[in-house]
Amino acid sequence: MHRFANPGRFLRLARVLLPWFAVASVLGIGIGLGLGLFVAPPDYQQGDTVRIMYVHVPSAWMALFVYTNIAIASAVALIWRHPLADLAAKASAPLGAGFTFLALITGSLWGKPMWGTYWVWDARLTSVLVLFFLYLGHIALSSAFDDPQRGRRAAAILALVGFVNVPIIKFSVDWWNTLHQPASVIRLDGPTIHPDMLWPLIAMALGFTFYYLSLLLVRLRSELLESRIRALESSMVAEGRAPRLATAGGEA
Amino acid sequence: MERDSVKAFLGIVGRDLRLALRQRADALMVVLFFVLTGALFPFGLGPEPNLLARIAPGIIWVTALLAVLLSLERLFLADYEDGALELMALSPLPLSAIVLAKALAHWLTTGLPLMAAAPLIALLYNLDEAALPLTLATLALGTPSLTLIGAVGAALSLGARRGGALIPLLVLPLTIPVLIFGVGAIDAELAGLSTKPHLLLLGAILVLALPFAPIAAAAAIRQAVE
Repeated sequence: MHRFANPGRFLRLARVLLPWFAVASVLGIGIGLGLGLFVAPPDYQQGDTVRIMYVHVPSAWMALFVYTNIAIASAVALIWRHPLADLAAKASAPLGAGFTFLALITGSLWGKPMWGTYWVWDARLTSVLVLFFLYLGHIALSSAFDDPQRGRRAAAILALVGFVNVPIIKFSVDWWNTLHQPASVIRLDGPTIHPDMLWPLIAMALGFTFYYLSLLLVRLRSELLESRIRALESSMVAEGRAPRLATAGGEA
Repeated sequence: MERDSVKAFLGIVGRDLRLALRQRADALMVVLFFVLTGALFPFGLGPEPNLLARIAPGIIWVTALLAVLLSLERLFLADYEDGALELMALSPLPLSAIVLAKALAHWLTTGLPLMAAAPLIALLYNLDEAALPLTLATLALGTPSLTLIGAVGAALSLGARRGGALIPLLVLPLTIPVLIFGVGAIDAELAGLSTKPHLLLLGAILVLALPFAPIAAAAAIRQAVE
């Protein structure tokens, strides 16, 4: 794990991996959308509306997956003071918030024709909305401090506390009698969904995962470069040579 | 050693209580906010007694939650600004125990007064009298959890820009379950259903928050005073 704590080594690895991840993401989402929109059969009850599922379900999975990643990265950052882990947590949060938002929007677009309403306050929907708020709190907290390091540490604690919500979301459809249907793919007795619908779903899920990983690499790279710039600037200040950025306003 | 710890713990509780009593306005403001906001809804919704009686549990709980939120900032901020928190972090008593002591004092000066004021709101809203003891019981079980979860948010926002505005954003999502089960228990009582599951879940939240929230808050304070 600490092999990649060295930013230089990480950046080299990221440069190699990024094109592969990007291609995998385009392929996954392309195949998933193609199969889902044109090949997969319409549902016998829901008609073509069922196709919203191919975006909705992977986004919802990603919402939970990204939050779990943030929690793990936060624990690693707090326990081992791993320098990249808290950066990864901070870089993941807006991505996770985006997936959660996508899941909520597609869900409510599907809900209008199917349930007759954009929103119901059932356990699954409410707990995902709470997850969205947790993401927003995490983003706000990590940018609320003058010292970025301190913001990331505080956000790490919040992420670990907020993790209690993840199992609640996963099992909300089993614990409470909800309007949202229970799981049909990840079950102990195997998926109850037809293979024609399962394959596009899997392709989309893989595509989304690689999309997340690609963006994570890009964001991590820019975070690292940003802290490098800040370090260079402060060393220039220490040497008595004011950096360009700071003087531009001062002398004008 | 053990007696010293208990003495130190009680010392912090006593100190915070004395401070709260000397600045009575702070604690009074929370109760006033609770009563005033509670009295506001009938103006917005109309004075229809059946409607008011039906929404009373929700109003009591939501306003209590907001009132607790309002009071969270003073939990650590003054001690953080004058450096007392730094000294507390250096004391032999574990920081999580200090957080627990401060949370206890906070609950005694907010949660308890809120419980005392709740019957007034219940009266204004025509809540079924038979449901009043249960309402107080849910508040007794729930408000300590609000204080404990809130302590984590208050500790995390120490030293942050616009810390006061940050606390609700951090705390509200985590306190929603307390709200749901608190209101759920009273609604179940009014509908003649069993209140036990809701009360057990409220108790479970408190039992989990009691050890874990002080640990998380202590970790956050340690970062703030580092």
